[in-house]
Formats: sequence, C-alpha cells, structure tokens
Amino acid sequence: MAWFHKSEVVIAGILVLAMILIGLVNPAFWSLDNMFSLLRSNVIIGIMALGVLLVMISGGIDVSFPAFAVAAMYLTIKGMLYFNYDGVVLPFVAAATMGALFGCLNAFFVYKFRMIPLIVTLGTGSMVRGFLLGVVGTSMININKMPDALIDFGKSDIISMVKPDGTTYGLTAMVAVYVVLAVALHIVLRYTMIGRGVYAMGGDPEAASRVGFNIRKITFFIYCVAGALAGFAGLLHSGMIWLANPRDFVGLELDVIAAVVLGGASIFGGRGSVLGTMLGVFMLVMVKNSLIIMKIDTTWQRVVVGVIIVIATAITAWRDRRANA
Amino acid sequence: MKRELDFRNLLNKDNNIVQLIAMTILIFVVMTALSPDKFLRYYNFESITYTFPELGLLSIAMMIAMLTGGIDLSVIGIANLSGIFAGVMFKKFATDAGVADTGFGIVLLGGVVALGTGLVAGALNGLLITRLKITPILATLGTGQVFTGLAIVMTGGPAIVGFPEAWAFIGNGKIFGLATPFVLFVVLACLIAFMLRRTTFGINLMLIGTNPKAALFAGLKREKMVLLSYMLTGVMASIAGIILSGRTNAAKSDYGTSYLLQAVLIAVLGGTNPAGGRGTVLGVSIAVAALMLLSSGFQILRFSNHLIDFIWGVFLLLVIALNAYKNRSR
Repeated sequence: MAWFHKSEVVIAGILVLAMILIGLVNPAFWSLDNMFSLLRSNVIIGIMALGVLLVMISGGIDVSFPAFAVAAMYLTIKGMLYFNYDGVVLPFVAAATMGALFGCLNAFFVYKFRMIPLIVTLGTGSMVRGFLLGVVGTSMININKMPDALIDFGKSDIISMVKPDGTTYGLTAMVAVYVVLAVALHIVLRYTMIGRGVYAMGGDPEAASRVGFNIRKITFFIYCVAGALAGFAGLLHSGMIWLANPRDFVGLELDVIAAVVLGGASIFGGRGSVLGTMLGVFMLVMVKNSLIIMKIDTTWQRVVVGVIIVIATAITAWRDRRANA
Repeated sequence: MKRELDFRNLLNKDNNIVQLIAMTILIFVVMTALSPDKFLRYYNFESITYTFPELGLLSIAMMIAMLTGGIDLSVIGIANLSGIFAGVMFKKFATDAGVADTGFGIVLLGGVVALGTGLVAGALNGLLITRLKITPILATLGTGQVFTGLAIVMTGGPAIVGFPEAWAFIGNGKIFGLATPFVLFVVLACLIAFMLRRTTFGINLMLIGTNPKAALFAGLKREKMVLLSYMLTGVMASIAGIILSGRTNAAKSDYGTSYLLQAVLIAVLGGTNPAGGRGTVLGVSIAVAALMLLSSGFQILRFSNHLIDFIWGVFLLLVIALNAYKNRSR
C-alpha cells in the first residue's frame, strides 16, 4: 500500500475524479478538441511552474518570474525587430539567458544578504517590470510586426485533425517542448549532485552545508534556472499568441504558485516533484477552463483559485505535520 | 540637562528612526532643489496628507502581521472588499434622492459593515494560520484571491460609484483645517503604538516574534495572540478601504494593487524585521512620509508611474542591502 501514500498518486486520483465529474456535467469536456486546447494552456504555466518548483524545493518562494518572463520576451522581440533577425534558436537562447541574469539578481540578494526570498523577489519583480514599462516602452507588438519564424514555430502541431465540418485542429508541438524541459528537470533533481543539493538545502540549509553542499552555488543555480525557464516561457508564449504585450502575465504568479502547491510541493522546502507539479498545473488549468464548460459565471474564477490555494495548502500543511510527528 | 540626556538616550535606542528622519530630510532637500517652485507649494503637501493615510494604514497593518514573523498579502483585497460591501449596502438603502443624501445612521451602519468585513477577513486569515497551520504567505495569498474574487462577484467587474456625502467626508473632508484621513491616521497610529508598547497584547506579540519557543515556554497563548494580530491587521486594512472609497467616491476590485509592494517596502524600510519581533509605528510612519515625498516629487518631475515602480523596487533592494551591511558591522 506504500504507493497509495505517494502524493502524486493522490493528486492523480483527485484529478481523475474531477475529470469524471466535469465530464458528467458537460460531455463536451471529453472531446479531443477540448483536451488539445487544455494541454495547450498547460504549456506556459507549466514551464514557469517548473522554475517555481525548483525554488520551492529549496525552501524559497519566487514572485518575480512573471516580470522576468515578460521582460525577456519583450526585449528579445524588440531586439529581433531592431536587427531584422528572423530565427528561432538564437532568440530562445537570448530570452533564457536574460531570464537567468535576472535570476542571478535574486540569488545575489537572497544569498548575500540572507533576506527572505518573498521580499527580495517582490522588489526585483517590481524593478524589472517598472524598468520595462517605464524605459523600454508600453506598446504592444502585433502580429503584423512579429517575427515570422517565431509565429511559424508557435503554430507547429504534433497531431493535426480535421473536424467533420472541415476545420482543422491539432495538438501544439509546444507540449513536447514542455515535456522535454520537465523530463530534463526531473533528471537533474533526481540523479545529479546539484539536484540532490536543492532537496538537501530545502530540508535544512545548515545541515546541507555541513555535509559539504555549496549553498552559494545551489542558490545561484536555483534562481538562475528559474529565471531562465521564465524567460524561455515568456518568449514561447508570445510565439503562441502571436503578440508581444509588455503588460502580460500580471498576477500570473498566484496561479503558478497555486499549481505548484497543488502538486504537493511544500513551501518549507525539501518536498516536491516534477510529476506532481505537472499534475498540479493540469488540475489548475482544467478547473479554470472548465468553469465555463460547467456554466459557472467567470467572475467566480478568482474565488475558485483562491479556495483551491487555501485547501491545497491546508492539506500539505497537515501532511507535513503528520510526517514530522 | 536631564532632558538633553533623555534625548540622547532616545537617539541611541532607536538609531533607525534617526536614519529615517535623515533620509526624509534628504529627499525633501533634493526634491526642493530639483523643482523649488512646484514642490514647495502648499497644495502639494496638502494633497499628500490626503493620499498618504491609505498607504500608511496598510503599511501599519503589514507591520502588525510581520511582528509575529508573518505577512499579510491579502490587505488590498480586504480594503477593496470592505469598500465594496459598504457601497453595495448604500445602493440597497438609497432613497429616490440618490445615494449622496443617505442618512447618518445608514452611513454609520456602512462603517460597521466595512469594519466587520475587515474583522471577519482577518479572523479567517488568523484561523487558517493558527488552526490549519498554513504558512502566512500562502494562506493570505489564497484568501487575497478569494477577497478580490468576491469583490469581482459583487460588482461584476466595474467600479461601484457614488457614496454618501458623510462617507466622502472621511476621505475628502477637513477637521480644523487638516485633512480628515490625516487626522484619522494620526489617531489610529497613536492608538496602535500605545497598544504595541504599553499593553500585554503588544508586548506578547513582540515576544512571540522574537522567540516563538521561549514565548511558548513562558506560557504565552501564541495562537490567540496571532489570531488577534491578524484581526487587527484586517481592521486596519478595512479602514484604509473606507478612506480609499471615500476619497475616490468609488470602490473597485482592483484598486490600489500597487499598494501591496509599497506596504511591504515601507514596513521593511521603517525598521520592521520581516522575521518578527521588531517594528515601530513611528518608524513606519516616517517611512511612509519619506516615500510619499519621493513619489510626489517624481510625479512633479513628470516621471511615469512605471518608472516610480522601478524606483520603489530599487529602493527596497537598497534598504535590504543597507540593513544587512549595518547588522554585520555591529
């Protein structure tokens, strides 16, 4: 019965139950079309959640990543337009690098001044967003100006299907990008020294440093990777919606943190897994998207997300207490 | 002779206050030098006394939550929800003459509704934190969403416009030539300062924040104290909400969202230790005044709001660095 107590199994169970319930209210939920669009909505939140997961396992919290994502995205696209560059690989490398540099800033303040990550990331987030909107600009870059290569990349599908009425729909290839990143992070967390160090630091920083983990290196690794993932996700997002909006992602941190907590990660650190986080993201996106299908007024969305956060955190707090007792 | 000694004693005891005052004077001098004719006008300072109480009360609310090592990210949600509940009630009671002429009794009832909202919301936070043992960050992050969400549900999105005149007086009026919100702020700040310094409740809060384990062994009722502190935070937030809705004559689910970061910044800047145990109303009040001068100065210099956000962020990081540096040299 050991598998039954794994939090991933519990989350998956609740997820299946919720899916059956939503399907009963409105069978349209189970259509392939809806499933594909659900998976598509998972990609951006999911990639960002991977970064937040990393930070949370180490015992920190990050609320600056939406600002980093939007800044990396907007600056990269501005740069592409300025240099008249039309490609895919280099911009993504640039966006991820920019995100990583912003992340370094977080790591520097968290490590050097031993300040609570929440307050540091509140500050860096406000700084980066303020700089972007105040100095770089507030105008949107629309589809007619967006680099074609990015749009084509964002359009690519893995599976394409034709509906009876002739319109086509498909599963976006970005899902594959998300899965590859998730698997990579899973391998790093499970099988590399630095990955184990992240868990060790989350469990007890003092103990981790006594057994020889380099806390400075780990802190920089965590926040840089989280920043890089955010920057990458930001550019991917603009490729998928064919628009670069410097006011995007406001308030997204709440959704992403909710998803990660829902996935079983503990804010005290030391706990959390990639699989759990992916399930948590799917659950959150599904609930938000399904409110419309279930004919609930969309004004209730925020309330539902809030209640989900409270319930999920209450359950994890209860679990942590039992584990410690 | 004796007085002078006392004064020096005060300086040594709270080094932080002196630094804050020096910083305020520095900001004042720099802003005056940059645009003397516009910055020094009476009108400018008068308008500051109208806008700063909201932020000041929210910052004090944040400080109270930080005293026990917590934080309250739902203060903005509570403030808006309080204003909206009162506004919805006024609409219900409105006579044919319109909302503006609502009787004094109804306005008083509206105040009770708004304060009650803050009390209940704060109690909810406190119960989640003490009973269900949820970390304050996550609990208030969640409830903040719920409060903002309820505000959206109540209004359907757009602002509720039109509050009674007596209500608007709280945000716009004058008492003895001073802005009503400013007077209200001073009274409340003194009250809270007294509570924190001179009552068992305040001293217990400080002790719990300084060393939770020692407080437990000393027999302090930690859970009850923390619950009460979040209720107090909630009430302070709802008063900020009353002032905000009174001043703007409207209430909306997403008013003042940038206040959240600013309230955290001001609390930290004012010498509050986010890990708990340290914080003064005086420090926070001076920090609010300093930052209001700064942002009004920048507005006069025609900086965009986004750039001011940037400066707030830089400021917060600088303060963190400075505090860390100070603590090390000690």
